[in-house]
Amino acid sequence: MTARSLKDKEQRKAWAFVVPALVWTLAFFVTPFLFMVAMSLWTQQGGMIVQSWTLANYLAFFEKSALFKGLVNSLEITAIVTVLSVLLAYPLAWIIAERVPRRFQRLALTLAVLPFWTSYVVRSYSWLLVLSKTGVINQTLMQIGLIGQPLELASNRTATVIGFVHFFVMLLTLTIYANLVQLSPNYRRAAADLGANGLQTFWHVILPLTLPGIMTGAFLTFVLCIGDYVTPQILGGNNELVLPQIIMLQLGRRADFPMAAALSIILMLVITAAYIACARWLKIERA
Amino acid sequence: MTRKLLAALASWLYAALLFGFIFLPVVVLVLFSFQDGRLPVPPFNGFSLRWYEAVFADGKLMAALLHSFLVATVSSLVACLFGFLAAYALARYRLPGSALQRGLLIAPMTVSYLIIALGLLTVLNALGVGLSLWTVGIGHVVINLPLCFALIYSSMGAHHVNIERAARDLGAGEVKVMLLVTAPMLLPSLLAAFFLSVTFSWDEFIIAFLLSRFDVTLPVEIWSLLRSGLNPKTNAIGSLVFLVSVSVLMVLELWLFRRTRKS
Repeated sequence: MTARSLKDKEQRKAWAFVVPALVWTLAFFVTPFLFMVAMSLWTQQGGMIVQSWTLANYLAFFEKSALFKGLVNSLEITAIVTVLSVLLAYPLAWIIAERVPRRFQRLALTLAVLPFWTSYVVRSYSWLLVLSKTGVINQTLMQIGLIGQPLELASNRTATVIGFVHFFVMLLTLTIYANLVQLSPNYRRAAADLGANGLQTFWHVILPLTLPGIMTGAFLTFVLCIGDYVTPQILGGNNELVLPQIIMLQLGRRADFPMAAALSIILMLVITAAYIACARWLKIERA
Repeated sequence: MTRKLLAALASWLYAALLFGFIFLPVVVLVLFSFQDGRLPVPPFNGFSLRWYEAVFADGKLMAALLHSFLVATVSSLVACLFGFLAAYALARYRLPGSALQRGLLIAPMTVSYLIIALGLLTVLNALGVGLSLWTVGIGHVVINLPLCFALIYSSMGAHHVNIERAARDLGAGEVKVMLLVTAPMLLPSLLAAFFLSVTFSWDEFIIAFLLSRFDVTLPVEIWSLLRSGLNPKTNAIGSLVFLVSVSVLMVLELWLFRRTRKS
């Protein structure tokens, strides 16, 4: 056998190994996606899909305030959640990395993310138990006589934000902690030698060095938060719908697949824009 | 000195507050799953296991539990196998357009589950394919394949190549090298990829919700339980799932990761 044909044979074998994964991704991810793009350029009229190319769905999105408001709500909630989660998680990650003795750090971290392992749907439901009119907080406040009437804590934006922040604080604590423990103590020593006080060291040395961890976590938070249907649906009530809820409404009541497809493409474009904005901090490397 | 003490005190207080926030809903969930009454909210009327009995007596919940288990294991096995084969080919051979192939295989990771589900739903509708646990499984392989591929590919270090070469020199064929040499060396990351996909599939809601019809998975069944409002039965099934997940996690931690650390 010549070297050439040996190489061909090797190549064929390699192709055989990689083909199942490629075919699966092409058939069940790329094709559906392209089909959805096409679908978003068709329209639904009288229960039938009209296959003539038009931007009607996208124009409707910008004209109908009910649809556009969904994106605005999504962006606002996601921004609030991302910022709050970073601000709450960073000190916790720092305390675990700096104050907790080394051999208990793993335990502290495991504990800090333990509620991660409740089922996703159940986690939002648990917040309902805490926040609803008959829930733990209202009952406790009434018991000690602080309030006479139960407060409306669930079914609004605050409840959605609390549900989200709860989840993402755990996630961000993990990513930021991972970043903090990798820092060599020499950075801090060098900063101290050069006369920086604690705050200056943090602001000019530690914070910039942990920025990749923060940005990775913040980007994950953004993507998962803006695409989530469950948390706002359970905790958010009906007054303020977010984009995924509006997409699901198109599917459910109206069976308007073209509109749902167009809204999904818009959602994806928003996520892509966020990715481009964070790309220089997000480095996914082969170990 | 006092400043240092104050700083220490403040940080412990902060940690305690945040841990309280993180654990509050879980504690409430588990506590009121034992409620001896119809509502899972205060006051706590007394300890009872009736809601756990109700969960085990609920045929639909038990069926959903089985469906979730089946979908999670089968889809994770497929995702792991395809991910491993692709990682092996792309890490060990020079294939044209390999960067493009890697990008393509990772791509689904960057797209929201909702969009993946919707895309599959529109295609299945257009082709007239009925929804079932199989379609849910297809969707779960789509989301887990990139994860398995990335995990396994990143652990295929160059230091394994010589061992594989040695095996080939000793007369092992390609498949034999892969199964008897490469796979055992990569066992920790193969297992990690498998169990991670199982967790993701087990807990996944939106794909399972949109791509199933009569037979549903556990999260979808719990979702329909939520329509009846606050119900201690939901607390009970939620607590059970939590307990099982944490136990699996602890077994993995003690058995799998201890083994990797030793080797």
